[in-house]
Amino acid sequence: MADVANNSENPNTATPLVAMKNISISFGGIHAVDNASVELHPGEVLGLLGHNGAGKSTLIKILSGAYAKDEGEIFVDGKPAIINNPRHAKDYGIETIYQTLALADNVDAAANLYLGRELLTRWGTLDDAAMEAETRKVMNRLNPNFTRFKDPVKQLSGGQRQSVAIARAIHFNARILIMDEPTAALGPAETAQVGELIQQLKKDGIGIFLISHDIHDVFDLADRIAVMKNGQMVGTAATKDITEDEALGMIILGKCPPQATPGPGALAD
Amino acid sequence: MSEQPSQSDASQHPAIPNPATQNHDGAFVRFLRATEVDTRLLGMIGALLLIWVGFHLYGHFVNGFGAFLTPRNLWNLSVQTSSIAIMACGMVLIIVTRHIDLSVGSLLGFTAMIMGVVQVWVLPQFLGLGHAMIWPITILAGVITGALIGAFQGFLIAYLSIPAFIVTLGGLLVWRGASYLVARGETIAPVDQTFALIGGGPYGTIGATGSWILGAVVSVAIVWLLFNGRRQRIRFGFPTRPMWAELLIGGVGIGVVLGAVNVMNSYPWPKGIVRRYAAENNIVVPDGGLFISHGFAIPVLVAITVGIAMTFLATRTRFGRYVFAIGGNPEAAELAGINTKKMTLLIFTLMGVLTSISAVVASARLKSATLALGQFDELYVIAAAVIGGTSFAGGIGTIYGAILGALVMQSLQSGMVLIGFDSAIQQLVVGCVLVLAVFLDNLYRRNST
Repeated sequence: MADVANNSENPNTATPLVAMKNISISFGGIHAVDNASVELHPGEVLGLLGHNGAGKSTLIKILSGAYAKDEGEIFVDGKPAIINNPRHAKDYGIETIYQTLALADNVDAAANLYLGRELLTRWGTLDDAAMEAETRKVMNRLNPNFTRFKDPVKQLSGGQRQSVAIARAIHFNARILIMDEPTAALGPAETAQVGELIQQLKKDGIGIFLISHDIHDVFDLADRIAVMKNGQMVGTAATKDITEDEALGMIILGKCPPQATPGPGALAD
Repeated sequence: MSEQPSQSDASQHPAIPNPATQNHDGAFVRFLRATEVDTRLLGMIGALLLIWVGFHLYGHFVNGFGAFLTPRNLWNLSVQTSSIAIMACGMVLIIVTRHIDLSVGSLLGFTAMIMGVVQVWVLPQFLGLGHAMIWPITILAGVITGALIGAFQGFLIAYLSIPAFIVTLGGLLVWRGASYLVARGETIAPVDQTFALIGGGPYGTIGATGSWILGAVVSVAIVWLLFNGRRQRIRFGFPTRPMWAELLIGGVGIGVVLGAVNVMNSYPWPKGIVRRYAAENNIVVPDGGLFISHGFAIPVLVAITVGIAMTFLATRTRFGRYVFAIGGNPEAAELAGINTKKMTLLIFTLMGVLTSISAVVASARLKSATLALGQFDELYVIAAAVIGGTSFAGGIGTIYGAILGALVMQSLQSGMVLIGFDSAIQQLVVGCVLVLAVFLDNLYRRNST
């Protein structure tokens, strides 16, 4: 798993937290992801860039267990990982904040936080009181203004819903966090909050996949970018080594600047 | 909650256009907040009382006799509601998960027919007529039949992705046809004597003493539930209801339970039955006649037990939590790791089991299995769930609402029979009430979110 090519540009020579190798998936003859590989190290934020339909969301949904890959392998901590459904991904500490937030709209914040891994009493029934108490603690840390613990999340504002989704992702000791357009529905203040949160999670050694349309966002937050085009990986580069224009060139033309590590989708010179 | 902290939320959602809640809360709003009573529930109870009193007064003034609010009618009403109420509990979960089950009426007929064959044609040959094991084996056979058919329909819906509407529409025809084939259209009667008790009737009741004991047990349970709930809230430091609200809820709850016991006990056995019973047991009937109370009928107890069990399932277990999560956002539920296909299969299996329990009650009440048993029940069951506040958009519904809905439907039906409306008018009214109820519910929801 020691990928020599990557070590030169990343000071972290340890085993990557997660490595996706030669992943392919097609839907009805269309190669949504075609032979894509990507690695993520502890404490690293990897910005995944590309147009709509470039395959970045699909690639990441394979990691989160929402789609089953056709080909390729996934390694977590260097060991082969089998991820066939969202439960498997969570067992590996892979948590996802979806663009749509994927909240169950008609139950409250605590029920969403614990959806799929509810706390039970010794009688095997739901321990709603304990779940609400835990949720109050988590939300107090993330968003102290949050008070609407009894309301269905449908009735909450966009920012409040976002905090519930984030709380759900980080509450269970996530090691790998996938954020799909985390700031798309947020105002400037809330976007800044998400930025702070990412810095804090980095310090805790969590690896983050950041998917975004917004190249400025990515340059602000990510250590490294990986660009996809037509389902293929154009290349990866450390954000400090390249300019936004060069990154745009990768996204639009598939053209890798010399500082980047080209992938199979890179435009041949 | 005052309006200031939630300003940002209020701007995102249509605010309540009621000035009373906007500025200074009225006494009624404060009352509702303190007691945490569901206003929908209050509305439904109000509607139910309106129907009851309306029919009674109509009978009183137009026909010269108010027959509705009599122990006899209320007792009959409770028995007639049972079968629909049991199925409505399952239909809530089906509709909450954005499915529908049109096959319950036919499935009820089919399982009743299977149970009729088992207890009338098959078992007496091996065990002898009136053997004590006939009724449990019969019910077991019925429940297994219902569960298997429900599971099969659930499988088609979940794993083969055939819409529930189509699968159960097919089921509506298939199981009705199948019940004809089972007995070539014959009516199978009479059912086992013990089995017949589950349908009610004078002997199928628990009597005055039994009813009082039950009432006392339920009253104690209410107190315990309130006490336990309060203790839990204090343990986690959550806000509690004011003491007067707790006492009021407990008092009203116990009052309703004991009042119901009293009404059920006020309905005596008919004279003929009393005479036969007295003769069999060597009791001398005094001059004024012997007053033997019915008390709660067994089918009512079955329905209440199902209602409590289903409420527990829906609100206190993982299964119930997943049902509502799937209903609110199926995709999110799946991404959270919930096996939605398996859940669908289980929900339809449960519906099959509840339908078979209803089949026991319905065929025991008729003391026979007939070809027409359960016809149009699917419509009443769906209507009961919907009147009870279950939303076709998914994710919203309560068991107690569905049971109340069943009671509303049955009250309308029997009320109109009592005051002598013919069946054409009955259908007309029930249909209109269903549509009106959903309209009012929409209105309520729009104002409350």
